[in-house]
Amino acid sequence: MSMLPDSHGRFGPYGGRYVPETLMPALLELEAEYVKAKKDRRFQAGLAYYLKQYVGRPTSLYRADRLIKKLGGAKIYLKREDLCHTGAHKINNAIGQVLLAMRMKKRRIIAETGAGQHGVATATAAAMFGLECEVYMGTEDMQRQALNVFRMRLLGAKVTGVDAGSRTLKDAISEAMRDWTTNVRTTHYILGSVLGAHPYPMMIRDFQAIIGKEARKQILAAEGKLPDYLVACVGGGSNSIGLFHAFLRDPKVKMVGVEAGGSGIVSGKHAARFSGGKPGVLQGTMTYLLQDENGQINLTHSVSAGLDYAAVGPEHSLYHDQGRIEYTYATDTEAMTAFDLLAREEGIVPALESAHAIAHVIKLAPKLKKSQVIIANLSGRGDKDVQQVARMRGVEL
Amino acid sequence: MSGRLETTFQRLRDKREKALIAYLMAGDPGLAETEQLVLALEQAGADIIELGVPFSDPIADGPVIQQAAERALKSGTSLRKILDSVKSLRQRTQVPIVLMLYYNSIHAMGCKEFCNAAKTAGVDGLIVPDMPPDESGPLKGPADAAGLPLIFLLAPTSTTDRRKLVAKESHGFVYYVSLTGITGAKLSNVGDVQDNVKKLRKVSTSPVAVGFGVATPEDAARVSKIADGVIVGSAIVKRIASHQQDPAMVGHVAEFVRSLKAAMAPA
Repeated sequence: MSMLPDSHGRFGPYGGRYVPETLMPALLELEAEYVKAKKDRRFQAGLAYYLKQYVGRPTSLYRADRLIKKLGGAKIYLKREDLCHTGAHKINNAIGQVLLAMRMKKRRIIAETGAGQHGVATATAAAMFGLECEVYMGTEDMQRQALNVFRMRLLGAKVTGVDAGSRTLKDAISEAMRDWTTNVRTTHYILGSVLGAHPYPMMIRDFQAIIGKEARKQILAAEGKLPDYLVACVGGGSNSIGLFHAFLRDPKVKMVGVEAGGSGIVSGKHAARFSGGKPGVLQGTMTYLLQDENGQINLTHSVSAGLDYAAVGPEHSLYHDQGRIEYTYATDTEAMTAFDLLAREEGIVPALESAHAIAHVIKLAPKLKKSQVIIANLSGRGDKDVQQVARMRGVEL
Repeated sequence: MSGRLETTFQRLRDKREKALIAYLMAGDPGLAETEQLVLALEQAGADIIELGVPFSDPIADGPVIQQAAERALKSGTSLRKILDSVKSLRQRTQVPIVLMLYYNSIHAMGCKEFCNAAKTAGVDGLIVPDMPPDESGPLKGPADAAGLPLIFLLAPTSTTDRRKLVAKESHGFVYYVSLTGITGAKLSNVGDVQDNVKKLRKVSTSPVAVGFGVATPEDAARVSKIADGVIVGSAIVKRIASHQQDPAMVGHVAEFVRSLKAAMAPA
């Protein structure tokens, strides 16, 4: 496999830089600086230091024995990104990009957030390095994830509600891009997933690839062989590409990306881009999108704010077309069942996003032999979702 | 073959006048009103009409144009219906009409089909704010074949290399973005605009039009001394929005455009 993306930021036909001219110089500068930083041993040593001492890496690869027994079938390992500082994989990227912003002498950080995990991670990294931070969040998501809104404010970030469109992640990204267009000289935009214009999908993938690098070593140590399956949820697709990337050259390792099936594909209320979408351009990149016949972006739905988005990372679009990664979906109901099961059987309350990956494991594991191995990425913990789940069940806290 | 855009800039140059480019969101509040507005604004002194095609996620636009796009989409506006409107307008006016639209609207129709349909309808140029020259490959071929100029934007942040690239690729005119920001922001530093337009003229022979942040007759007067064209968008769209229920809406907007053009008269 050749190194992707190419010099134009293309993953096959996907990716690119579809942005207003005002941002082009900043994207070119960011790319140049990132390429330098990637080769710079001091930068890499600094990143490694913070990932170990501050984030708590490596995260463990935990064999979920009671889940294995319950499902009957394959061995299941959970890559415990929920044990990262701030409770999700998002911090891996936030630390990397804050270090990069400081190299570029940009002292103001902006970010968008859906579930709030990326916003919290960015606010955390900005606080630790003493940078000013503003986070854009759809007002619908602010309601669903009130706890994370308060957390970001505790960390000193300004949280700005976005009241346009569907009032979710998509609209928060547009607003962050508008801020960046206006303040590009002083501000670095920390995008949270493998989305947007080049170099973001490449850079964020690289920062998240540590998940798969660790998992590969850990599974070889534990099982003496590579896994048969990797399973991860796919919103923008950063935790999944992070886990998958180190295994892409191992043809025997099957990979499954799980999108948000919402109320089901037929209902139209979902965020399964590979089940109901087609290629187009949104927010800087060419990729699979949920759109109507005129190219207007559809409203999406998922119980999980972090998966509730109309586009998917461009690299995923290529692997979808090539058949290298299989994409499926889990509905809201299936995700909720998985959420409960993991809490009861393993004492782990997963993020609703990660519960989509577990929902697929529930379907997959019983069909496999006991000698086969699945690694599921537990991308985040579910503390942020407890209030929402209580509300859905009519429980007053 | 000289198109309507070129003829217009030439005619104005001969009179030592500058072009007033008036932006309308097509379909806000409805396409019938848009057609009336195009005709009335031409009468009021607009030399070129820029028709916005509503998109659900307009990343280059401020709140005024975003909300106009929402209203236009709600009224059932689509790219195909807008092209029908242009076609119908062409029986009544020869004012140059350029479309400003996000790339996904074109991509959804297909570059070739879109360019042919736009040319046939009587469109005179395309502005695609989320498509820098670097990404214009798939559109350029069909646009050239149809004889539709692609108009690119240049920004205050653009480097020398990018200025050269935009100058080389832009046809019809170059759209200079007067400020580092989105549409409808406030114009602050006309001196910077002047410097950048001067630099642009060294590498480009195309007319230069300046937009983003031009809101008042005073702004229009200042910018017209620097550039070949003055683009006014949000300030017009705002007046359409505030007179939505008013039967005299078209007249109010035309009055404002007349005041812009008057302010641009050569001394």
